[in-house]
Amino acid sequence: MNWNDVAVLLPEIIVTIGASLLLLGPFLRRKPRPAGMSLGLGAGQPAEVSTGDESAKWWMLALLVITAISLIGVSWAAEGLALSAGFSQMFALDAFSIFFKLLFIVVIAMVALLSDDFLRESRYSAWEYYSLLGFALCGMMFMASGVNLITIWVGLELMSLSSYILAGYYKNEEKSTEAAMKYFILGAVSSAILLYGISLIYGVCGSLNLMDIEKSLSTLISNDALMFGIMLLAAGLCFKVAAAPFHVWTPDVYVGAPTPITAFLSTASKAAAFAIFARIFYSALHDFHLDWSNVLATVSALSMIVGNLAAITQTNIKRLLAYSSIGHAGYVLLGIISLSDWGIRGILIYTTVYVFATLGIWATILMMRRHEYAGEEIDDFEGLSKRAPFWAFAMVIFLLSLGGIPPTAGFIGKYYLFSAAIEAGYGWLAIIAVVMSAVSIFYYFKIVVAMYLREGKEADMVITRPLQVVGAVALAVTLIFGVLPAPLITQVEQSSHWMATRAAVPHVGR
Amino acid sequence: MPSTQAYLMLSATLFCVGLIGVIIRRNMITVLMCVELMLNAVNINLVAFSDRLSSLEGQIFAIFIITIAAGEAAVGLAIIIQLYRLRTSINVDEARELHG
Repeated sequence: MNWNDVAVLLPEIIVTIGASLLLLGPFLRRKPRPAGMSLGLGAGQPAEVSTGDESAKWWMLALLVITAISLIGVSWAAEGLALSAGFSQMFALDAFSIFFKLLFIVVIAMVALLSDDFLRESRYSAWEYYSLLGFALCGMMFMASGVNLITIWVGLELMSLSSYILAGYYKNEEKSTEAAMKYFILGAVSSAILLYGISLIYGVCGSLNLMDIEKSLSTLISNDALMFGIMLLAAGLCFKVAAAPFHVWTPDVYVGAPTPITAFLSTASKAAAFAIFARIFYSALHDFHLDWSNVLATVSALSMIVGNLAAITQTNIKRLLAYSSIGHAGYVLLGIISLSDWGIRGILIYTTVYVFATLGIWATILMMRRHEYAGEEIDDFEGLSKRAPFWAFAMVIFLLSLGGIPPTAGFIGKYYLFSAAIEAGYGWLAIIAVVMSAVSIFYYFKIVVAMYLREGKEADMVITRPLQVVGAVALAVTLIFGVLPAPLITQVEQSSHWMATRAAVPHVGR
Repeated sequence: MPSTQAYLMLSATLFCVGLIGVIIRRNMITVLMCVELMLNAVNINLVAFSDRLSSLEGQIFAIFIITIAAGEAAVGLAIIIQLYRLRTSINVDEARELHG
């Protein structure tokens, strides 16, 4: 056994152990149980459950802090190595994966804070909830680090299986269970399609390792089985990022799932899928860029058009954000299609910026949630500027960032992605992207109009401390990176350096 | 011993049967079985390629797929049971609570 390998894997080991211990949480805590209330029968004691819930949150946050510290420590120790791959080239701790892992840890911490309120109100166990979030985080960290298709797929499945369960966490609520069912069926099918693609690529290239695939592709001419494999792989990944022809599940699942989980699905899960999308297409399949770029360009154009146009008519804010997230997937795909150093930087910047703005919006939505599903219609935002002026203002900033208006961070991300598309010769795609951004501003402003120009109903808001923290962090990130993007850009340049050099390799063998 | 091509034909057929089954069948359990069929088609593909390329990676991957497919079936069945408790039907068509 090589101890360096174990050291490289340390953050994942900590998350796995921590998540397993969280599952045991209620049993490890010693507390007096009334007689006759045995396991499995104790369904309806809200008071009893909620006493344990408080500590569950703190244990989860402690776990995330320890993971983040270990990750920073390990990455600091491994500095200087462009790619330190452990476990016979299965797992890499490079700057790219460290960037994404830190992002995932922060996002999961914010989702955990968003969930606090929801878990206290509902009588579902918090320990299992946080444990599943921990396992999802573990899967996402493996996805970011995987340099072998086996690792990538296993990580993807770990994340997906956890999120199927989380989507159905309101298990006595028909909507939530139905969302879980739809997500599960479509997710399982897309995973099988992705695997079929992987099996064909394996058959042609003779390896599942991304580096070996890259090597064998550089000597290969185009070949039907390979093309079919790449297309199926891309289809499976497009499902995970919710790009247009494979987006049908998104609105239903986003509406049905508990709101904190919708926040998780629309941020962390999407970012992780883009991490593997970028990793596979930049580092393994770049020699066949000419073959897949046009297909992905079509997918990207479709996502932007379908997502943004369908969002216009929505009145439910979760559904509106679901369609808008389909549009955002289309923008990020521009970065993959362009296959350049600007493209990969754009993916990293845009993912970060989008994730924080979206989390801020979800935090604001959760403040208005009075009971399980209320506070989700655009009407509920009426008069928010009077009820909570600060959060109405924050909401405007988040929406501007999603729309890509200059003083916010969203502009920087869109600037990188759109110029990458133009540089790569996809001017028409950049034009669609700009037009669709304008359309998106139209429906984002429906919410702004509701908040500022309409008289509000007298509705109470629940502005709790955790929601305030999440909203404040999201607002700070959105504004600081919008005004002062240099630190983020420097970080992203370092993180994407290795991938960018791959993209710069001349397209040989075609 | 049949050629690799024969295995690939078998796997492609199984995969298509599974995919069509997912699309046309209405019963959740049948849909779940069709998904398993698709995953097993992939396994056949991987093992056939592994034999032809004489590399072990494909077989290792197949074992991973079998393991995770079991986990996936467990999660799927749990969701089906919960759905059955709520509406005493596991028909995919009747999932109309969310639409759009």
